Amino acid sequence: MSASLNKVTQTLKEVIDAPIASYFESCVHCGLCAEACLFYTETGDPKYTPIHKVEPLRRVYEQEYTLLGRLMKMVGLSKPITDDELEQWQELVYDSCTMCGRCSLVCPVGNDIVYMIRKFREGMAVSGHVPDGIRSATRRTVEIGGPMGLKWPAVANVLKHAEENTGLTIPVDKEGADYLVLLSSMEIVNYPEYIEALAKVFHKAGISFTLASDAFEATNAGIQIGASDIARVIVSRIVDAAERLKVKYVLSPECGHAYMAIRWEGPNLIGRPYGFKVVHVLELLDQLRQEGLLKMKDTFKDPLILHDPCQIVRRGGVLQAPDALIRQVAENYIPIADQQKWNWCCGGGGGASAIHTEEAEALRARAFGVKKRQIEAAGVGTVVTFCANCRITMEEALDHYEMNTKLIGLTELLAEHLED
Amino acid sequence: MNELQLLTWARGPGLDIAVGIFVLGVLWRLIEIYTLGRKKDLAAPRRAAGASGLHTVFRRSLAPPGMLKRSPVSYIGGYTFHIGLAIIVFLGAPHILLISNLTGLSWPALPAQLIDLVAVVTMAAMLVMLFDRITKPAKRFLSTFEDWFTWTVTFLPVLTGWLAVQHLLLPYTTMLALHILSAEILLIVLPFTKLFHAFTLFGSRWYNGSANARKGVPV
Repeated sequence: MSASLNKVTQTLKEVIDAPIASYFESCVHCGLCAEACLFYTETGDPKYTPIHKVEPLRRVYEQEYTLLGRLMKMVGLSKPITDDELEQWQELVYDSCTMCGRCSLVCPVGNDIVYMIRKFREGMAVSGHVPDGIRSATRRTVEIGGPMGLKWPAVANVLKHAEENTGLTIPVDKEGADYLVLLSSMEIVNYPEYIEALAKVFHKAGISFTLASDAFEATNAGIQIGASDIARVIVSRIVDAAERLKVKYVLSPECGHAYMAIRWEGPNLIGRPYGFKVVHVLELLDQLRQEGLLKMKDTFKDPLILHDPCQIVRRGGVLQAPDALIRQVAENYIPIADQQKWNWCCGGGGGASAIHTEEAEALRARAFGVKKRQIEAAGVGTVVTFCANCRITMEEALDHYEMNTKLIGLTELLAEHLED
Repeated sequence: MNELQLLTWARGPGLDIAVGIFVLGVLWRLIEIYTLGRKKDLAAPRRAAGASGLHTVFRRSLAPPGMLKRSPVSYIGGYTFHIGLAIIVFLGAPHILLISNLTGLSWPALPAQLIDLVAVVTMAAMLVMLFDRITKPAKRFLSTFEDWFTWTVTFLPVLTGWLAVQHLLLPYTTMLALHILSAEILLIVLPFTKLFHAFTLFGSRWYNGSANARKGVPV
């Protein structure tokens, strides 16, 4: 076994815990997880069956942790994992898994398959079998500050524009503010309206907030690639800034994986609980709505459906706020069959949208088939969502299918109809 | 060894060996799996109604929304043969007698004719599930030797038990001996194959349910 494979096996050995062991022992190969995975339902290719995507991890578990497996290994009857195999699995673990976690909701024996994928990615990251797109996004986040290579002067420029457009001040590095506002690069570059929307809402509600010039980026490519050491560096920037500025809350942007990273993985990465609370922007908005501080001047009339981003809703636990908020602003909101925690992924989560090989893009377009059917069945021309990454993924797919569907961010939609 | 000697062996030393391996195997495997432990989740938990490990242990016994329609054979066939096996093993008179001899515990049995019917339905459901495994792409793709093997060792005790009661194919004594031997093979194999899900599925559901409950998601 080569030195690098040794390291991979060691990493995989370390990530295997009692839940993973229990999950592997429980799998009866019923194949039901496939029916929950959009990459299987849209292609019919059985290699996309979720539990198959962690097969090399299962073999390491069997060979390292079970009596029979160890015996087999001793007499040379087991098949150790190989570099070629991991190379082959790269597509299964990254291109065709968005870590949407729908499989974890249907497995009849209760396996949390997305948890296993997340752990398996740790080994894949060590082995180097990682898509170039995610690798370079990760590198840019570590070296420059964000996955798109955005530096503070560019962000400051966007903030200046937002101040001009709204006539409001957007504080930076202000100590003692209630909220530290995080952004995702995608929002800064493609949807700066988000920042304006937020400024309006905060001023209206009389809540103090600030941005941090050294911690504005909320997304965490380290988590997507599966490298905990890198993920820790990225999360620490935010934790340090929040503690330095003595804020009570850190506000996660709409972006799904950013929320997952800062809200749920962060404390585990740095090895201690936070001294502040992490709040998703929709949680804050829904709280303001309940307090009567989010009044609308009018409503949005076009019929629309809501796309629930996986990492915020199914995997993040922001279950009730989106529905309540959309009902506040939309007159013709059409609930779809598979919604809230049962929603289907856009096809671009978990770093998949950063993979720009021809195969990965073609696969994403196919996987969008389920979303396309949802839009067509509802007969709407508008989809509202609350994740910049979902939005960009769906925009690409809508272009691909030459669909005339309009995409709107929920926060932005609320801000547009907010009482002046 | 004639059939009577075979039956005597199967009922005596054979059973002792099988039950011994089963009990020790189950204990060993449970220790092997659950002593691996897990890290404490340091993120501040969120609470939600209906979200906990225990909720998931029960909830996962039901088909999630839309899934019954997507895979009716898996669910209907799965329920039928699992419930059928449980009825035969725990409510068939001779089986209760066996358990009573081993543990001293006893409870009322179902009529033999009813158990007969359940056995036929169970075998039919298992054959349908086998056919489904052969024809359904995802299932077939996942299948290894172990899947065919465990199907066989689960099917044989039901088949031989039914044949013995019906006095079909072989003399009763021989068939009964084969029935007991096949059940012993099942006991020996169970802890070391995917059949062990009979024990671990509770742990798996609980882990999944409790991890997601911390995020406020009932799963």
